[in-house]
Amino acid sequence: MVIRHRERHESMGAMPVAAILWCVASLLVAGVFSVVLGRRAGFHRVTYGASLTACSVALFSAGADLTLYGGAASTLTLPLGLPWLGAHFRLDALAAFFLVVVNLGGAAASLYGLGYGRHESAPHRVLPFFPVFLAGMNLVVLADDAFTFLLSWEFMSLTSWALVMAHHQDRDNVRAGYIYLVMASFGTLALLLALGLLAGPGGAYGFEAIRAADHTPGIVALVLALILIGAGSKAGLVPLHVWLPLAHPAAPSHVSALMSGVMTKVAVYGFVRIGFDLLGEPTWWASMIVLALGGITAVLGVLYALMQHDLKRLLAYHTVENIGIIFIGLGLALAFQANGMGWAAALALTAALFHVLNHSLFKSLLFFGAGAVLTATGERDMEHLGGLIHRMPYTSFAFLVGCVAISALPPLNGFVSEWLTFQAILQSPQLPQWGLKIMVPAVGSLLALSAALAAACFVKAFGVAFLGRARTAAADQAQDVDCFSLAAMFLFAALCLIAGILPGPVMDGLSPVTLALLGDRMPVQMGVPWLSIVPIAESRSSYNGALVFVFIAMSAGLAVYVIHRFASHAVRRAPAWDCGFPDPSPVTQYTAGSFAQPIRRVFGTLVFRAREQVEMPPPGDARPARLHVDMKDLVWDILYAPVATAIGFAADRLNHLQFLTIRRYLSLVFLALVTLLLVLALWP
Amino acid sequence: MILDLFVQGAQMVLVLLLAPLLTGFVRKVKARLLRRQGASVFQPYRDLLRLLRKDIVLAENASWLFRVTPYLVFAATWVAAALVPTIATGLMFNWTADLIALIALLASARFFLALAGMDVGTSFGGIGSSREVMIASLAEPAMLLIVFTLALVAGSTQLSTVAAFMASPAVGLRVSLGLALMALIMVAIAENARIPVDNPATHLELTMVHEAMVLEYSGRHLAMIEFAASLKLLLYVSLIACVFVPWGLAVSDAGLAAYIVGAVAYAGKLAAGGFLLALFETAVAKMRVFRVPEFLGAALMLGFLGTLLLFVSRSL
Repeated sequence: MVIRHRERHESMGAMPVAAILWCVASLLVAGVFSVVLGRRAGFHRVTYGASLTACSVALFSAGADLTLYGGAASTLTLPLGLPWLGAHFRLDALAAFFLVVVNLGGAAASLYGLGYGRHESAPHRVLPFFPVFLAGMNLVVLADDAFTFLLSWEFMSLTSWALVMAHHQDRDNVRAGYIYLVMASFGTLALLLALGLLAGPGGAYGFEAIRAADHTPGIVALVLALILIGAGSKAGLVPLHVWLPLAHPAAPSHVSALMSGVMTKVAVYGFVRIGFDLLGEPTWWASMIVLALGGITAVLGVLYALMQHDLKRLLAYHTVENIGIIFIGLGLALAFQANGMGWAAALALTAALFHVLNHSLFKSLLFFGAGAVLTATGERDMEHLGGLIHRMPYTSFAFLVGCVAISALPPLNGFVSEWLTFQAILQSPQLPQWGLKIMVPAVGSLLALSAALAAACFVKAFGVAFLGRARTAAADQAQDVDCFSLAAMFLFAALCLIAGILPGPVMDGLSPVTLALLGDRMPVQMGVPWLSIVPIAESRSSYNGALVFVFIAMSAGLAVYVIHRFASHAVRRAPAWDCGFPDPSPVTQYTAGSFAQPIRRVFGTLVFRAREQVEMPPPGDARPARLHVDMKDLVWDILYAPVATAIGFAADRLNHLQFLTIRRYLSLVFLALVTLLLVLALWP
Repeated sequence: MILDLFVQGAQMVLVLLLAPLLTGFVRKVKARLLRRQGASVFQPYRDLLRLLRKDIVLAENASWLFRVTPYLVFAATWVAAALVPTIATGLMFNWTADLIALIALLASARFFLALAGMDVGTSFGGIGSSREVMIASLAEPAMLLIVFTLALVAGSTQLSTVAAFMASPAVGLRVSLGLALMALIMVAIAENARIPVDNPATHLELTMVHEAMVLEYSGRHLAMIEFAASLKLLLYVSLIACVFVPWGLAVSDAGLAAYIVGAVAYAGKLAAGGFLLALFETAVAKMRVFRVPEFLGAALMLGFLGTLLLFVSRSL
């Protein structure tokens, strides 16, 4: 392997980037071996073991670069790809942070796969693609020229598509895979155009050259629109999210965790890399668009999630909501940066990136939990679950931690990043533009609404699936899962707690990223007494997760001690009270649908055009009463269905072209040639 | 340091001791307004003690979550209530959690209570939980927008700083604060399950929200939940008092006289707040559950308007 150094003033050689590329290479090798040996029983241990090792090494290399060396850049060029260009790789602070996210998720998914993979019915359809998918995501983050970036991006899309299609016997999965493929190609096309515009007619594909070049406002506007489509469709921004809730749940659960928890973050990386780094100084109207999309995405995502009864699909829709929250942070950072408020931009970007890390933690954890439920019961439909807290105590506990974290409740990590986002919003009255002055409070209220609805959504998810009484025999006979799966879940549950009570180190770890992208950083948090976090000044706001945790633990402990010591500690078990009419049948419980009904009535009539019809038989008639609920997916009906119809129509019309005589084909080719030459001749 | 710690500890004990009294006072005033004699204002203490001494009758399939929740709810509410300035601002641990974190602490308590309502698997528990989260899904954003308004006026989300700013002459009369006060009162009524949103004294299960959720609880668990509800009422009255009528609040290291003035002022504010609540509850009728979103939607719009005004002009 030939390695050429490029001398840069801040360069620290190629060591860290080479280490990560070696990990990527070993992931690729693991994939190739799995193609050959994947069908062997027990081979999943080799593949997942190798992935776990490679991801851990890459995680520590990237983490060390970010924390110990302050995100110092290191570059490396391999003689691959375009012959005159080569493949450029670069590890800087932003890349290092996203590599930490990718490889942390990858390592945990591999650990989970060690146990979960045993139940896989078609391992040869999963094992070869799993490590290769991880390698693809690493390569996207490392790429330092447009060609390598796009190639890795497409590689990541295709390998994840293959994983979505792992269980292709299911017709729904085939449809999901088809829609995913169409949307992914569409997104890559947009990114291709964006990077092509940036590289210019000279074909300066290196990110270094793009960064140095001056771009006209027209190009900047076009590129922003294109990356919002390209990266936004991969991340799941409304209205480009339609593939996501279909494709993410269709894959095996540890892959769902990777797609929802990690791949959407790679898409966020793509947006940040191009929007913040390559485009240079942002414009304020761009932030308006990002903020509006983020706000709408957050609220619609959680409303869609509330209406789902499929546990994995609910989680996938909820990813859409969290992507909205991340984009609200990014939009705020753009707005502040455009107005030269570097400190506020650093706060907003830190909030967004912190949420990137948090979401990768709790969303992976929740998908692992959903996978454990699927293994134990064979069910994804919440209406067929219930009472799992008795049968699967460990999984339930870890899933509960994930639910609390994702609902943004203190003292866990989800709250910290939302709190930081709120603090950033409170800095925005100083923005001079009127559009932003009106947009930001509106987005702030959408964020507040989505946070409250998220809690409702996870009360429903946990309450229906894990609490109450078992609704089916499968749920009644469930067993807790293997120790590898549990280890992965508890690892992430612990990380959710640690990031929640000690947010200071994480925020300090993000400072190299904001310094590199915005030239500003948040105040150092580690020196604040009692490990509080203080985004601006203590008189403005501060939060101390550790003390909140300690206070709650102490007060609860004190209450338990005093009551059990001095009052009563007797417990008598008896049938449920239920106002004196307990019914032993589990169908008398509240279902997922009935739980969401009040919220559907409040929001759904507008957002989903929800209509309820009650069919009440006349008195004396023994037929059961029926309730029909009719809901529409307006995004699909308004945006996608007409496009699909138009394409179908055009394809039908153009179908004749396949059955022409050779004479007509020749005249067609001749006409096309003449037209092209005419256009060329008339081109100014 | 030691004194600060003592004041903070005293505050924690104070809210604990006063909370049932406020509940008893509101009940007494309501009874008198209805021309009834009413129970003594100390009746809630007796109820709590009696409940604490009783055995628990636990549903057969209740899980550990059901048994842990009362203590978690109580602890989260207690911590939140202890962080609101009552007699003095600048408590030692005021900076632990700002207003946003305070709301989130209450949201944590509600999250677990709603889960506990689903735990036994009865239809009434589910009704209560699902209605509670519907109400919360509107009350919480309204509350956050009120916080935005206060934070933008005072330049801080720290409750102590906000209270100190509101007591200073810099604040003046503002439209946005008026809107925030109206919204805050509406949210407080909804959050504390008072008439017209919910009826704390109802005996009809189908009209219950909060009470339906805790229907399966008994003994010391029920005591903890009732205690937490009292604490929450005290918290909201204290919050409204310290933000909108901050007069009399002692600053952190003032002398004993200031603390006594603060204590007397606080007692007066609690009595006034409790009386007004009782008066309002006697005067209005309970709403249908699907009218509640309109009520809270109005609070949300008021909060949004207040925030928007401040974004447009700092002086409104």
